[in-house]
Amino acid sequence: MSAQITEVDVPSAGDTAGIGQAVRDYFARVRGGDIGSLPAVLGLVALVILFGVLEGGTFLSIFNFANLINQSAAIIVLAMGLVFVLLLGEIDLSAGFAAGTAAAVLAVVLTNMGMAWPIALLAALLTGVVIGLVIGLLVARLGIPSFVVTLAMFLALQGAMLLIIGEGGTIPIRDDAILVVMNGNMPVILGWVLAVVIVGGFAIINLLAINRRRKAGLAAESMSVWAAKVIALGVLVVVATYLLNQERQLATANVVIQGVPWVVVVILGLLVVLTFILQRTGFGRHIYAVGGNREAARRAGINVKGLMITCFIFCSTLAAVAGVLLASRDNSVSPTTGGAQTLLFAVGAAVIGGTSLFGGRGKVRDAVIGGLVIAVIANGLPLITQQSGIQFVVTGLVLLVAASVDAISRRRASATGR
Amino acid sequence: MANDTPLLSLRGINKSFGPVHVLQNVDLDVRAGRVTALVGDNGAGKSTLIKAIAGIHPFDSGQVTFEGKPVTIHGPKQANDLGIEVVYQDLALCDNLDVVHNMFLGREVKSGVTLNETTMEKRAGETLSGLSVRTLKSLRQQVSSLSGGQRQTVAIARAVLWNSKLVILDEPTAALGVAQTEQVLNLVRRLADNGLGVILISHNMNDVQAVADDIACLYLGQMAAQVEKDQVSSQQVVELITTGRSGDIGMQDNSMGGAA
Ligand SMILES: Nc1ncnc2c1ncn2[C@@H]1O[C@H](COP(=O)(O)OP(=O)(O)O)[C@@H](O)[C@H]1O
Ligand SMILES: [Mg+2]
Repeated sequence: MSAQITEVDVPSAGDTAGIGQAVRDYFARVRGGDIGSLPAVLGLVALVILFGVLEGGTFLSIFNFANLINQSAAIIVLAMGLVFVLLLGEIDLSAGFAAGTAAAVLAVVLTNMGMAWPIALLAALLTGVVIGLVIGLLVARLGIPSFVVTLAMFLALQGAMLLIIGEGGTIPIRDDAILVVMNGNMPVILGWVLAVVIVGGFAIINLLAINRRRKAGLAAESMSVWAAKVIALGVLVVVATYLLNQERQLATANVVIQGVPWVVVVILGLLVVLTFILQRTGFGRHIYAVGGNREAARRAGINVKGLMITCFIFCSTLAAVAGVLLASRDNSVSPTTGGAQTLLFAVGAAVIGGTSLFGGRGKVRDAVIGGLVIAVIANGLPLITQQSGIQFVVTGLVLLVAASVDAISRRRASATGR
Repeated sequence: MANDTPLLSLRGINKSFGPVHVLQNVDLDVRAGRVTALVGDNGAGKSTLIKAIAGIHPFDSGQVTFEGKPVTIHGPKQANDLGIEVVYQDLALCDNLDVVHNMFLGREVKSGVTLNETTMEKRAGETLSGLSVRTLKSLRQQVSSLSGGQRQTVAIARAVLWNSKLVILDEPTAALGVAQTEQVLNLVRRLADNGLGVILISHNMNDVQAVADDIACLYLGQMAAQVEKDQVSSQQVVELITTGRSGDIGMQDNSMGGAA
């Protein structure tokens, strides 16, 4: 037995060899059932090209690009919250109206009670926390399926919204600090600073990680792969910043509108913080564990119930943030805020982005990519056809394709294993 | 038998699931440095017994003594803190996590709030090397892409990664081929030779003959007999498993509650 120890071939020091190896590794992961967000990214590129060819002038206009961000922001944030719940293999159907309820609280505190915006914002976020806590307790402690609990909450919150908003029907938002989030743009120079921070931060963090692994004598990503990633991100960020920094007001108006929308900072901030939580902390790791094998997580001593409650709180609180974005975008809150297709689009965004409905697989960035896909469809199709029915059908089909990819890659995973 | 106090000692253990009285007045002694084979037919209560030792579900009544001190094990964390590690029959791995993540699940090494991936990967690599594991392509491979034998190895490696005093393996060779079974049995033997207490649950008489020092036989939720391996033949063990008695060993009165 001891003689065999010398033959040990546990992967050891040395870097993975170049981009070719990185691509092969990716396909190995796909075979293992982890398809990631590549299909969504390819879909996004394909859609942009398609609409660009069919309706070039309007769809690819600079004005429309900023518009796209505006349209997708709330759905992206909602979807980010849903990722936490979907990772557990649960669902939150009430997130849309949690957003609406939080927005209603914001509007009442801000406009009706005349309080300062930080208090109103805090009240809105707290609303989200309480909603998530209630859902979490019912699901984790009582063991009611999340589908049922959140379906009930879907109805109850719709009613709560009506009660909070009151007879008036619509409450206007006039506070500048809230309005600027969805209606204001960064100064041009600040936009470029942001671009440098994003690309530089990405490059440095990844470089440090590579160095750390090298020092520990572990296989690390090769420099060519690192450089390729940094350059790809750099090109993307610079092009986007350049486009958003162009003057994009229609010729008839005489105000200058240019710069990166402030909401981009909100989304990037959430993306970074939430990704850190999911990928780099024990809490995040345990979320994946519970989604992958709940019983195994329990036997490993993980507090499964507490973790589930926390995830529902994350979901509803992020929904509250989305509600604030909706209020800011519409300059008002009405009983339809967060209603209609908001939730379905958000679930669709997460799944299209690559988050599995079966739990255990998904990332925060899926929400961003999937949200953009949904927004591109919602934005591009009306330019081609006047029939809004087609838009629903197409969005539904895209979601179905994403869910199929999810199911098939999961099947392949269980076929390779064992 | 050795003169020192047992590492783990169970006395009068009872466990029911609703109306089903799965464990009845079970006694068991496990000594350090010895492999105790826990045998018994399907449904005899072997998995139930070790899950309770691991803190997955508590015993209804009975005394548990670990290293001479009476203990009550409320949860998996507490069992781990005592130095008890279990390789479950279903392995209890998360398919969507990689090998390192699975080995450190619930006990991640952190620096501040962030996970210390490099330290975990190094320690995982060292442990697997120590177990002569030669088939894993990458420690960052998701467990879903591993073969049955590889998964078994990861589960065992997770149990020996810690400074454990008692390692319990629930049918670790059931799904393995000849070569891998041999490897796992060698490993089990080595754990005991290093001074750990080992409980090995197995159906396979060859496995039991190969590595066991003591044999404890559960029959319909009762401990039919706990004997040293050298005192019994394979034939007698099979009789104990199937009928609860063999000659003057085992349950002389085959009625309920008549543990040896
Ligand atoms: N969680 C449970 N709930 C109800 N009955 C159970 C549970 N776990 C095990 N049992 C029952 O306890 C008995 C012993 O099962 P088990 O310990 O798995 O047997 P073994 O591992 O010896 O084959 C079986 O009859 C089984 O059906
Ligand atoms: Mg069993």
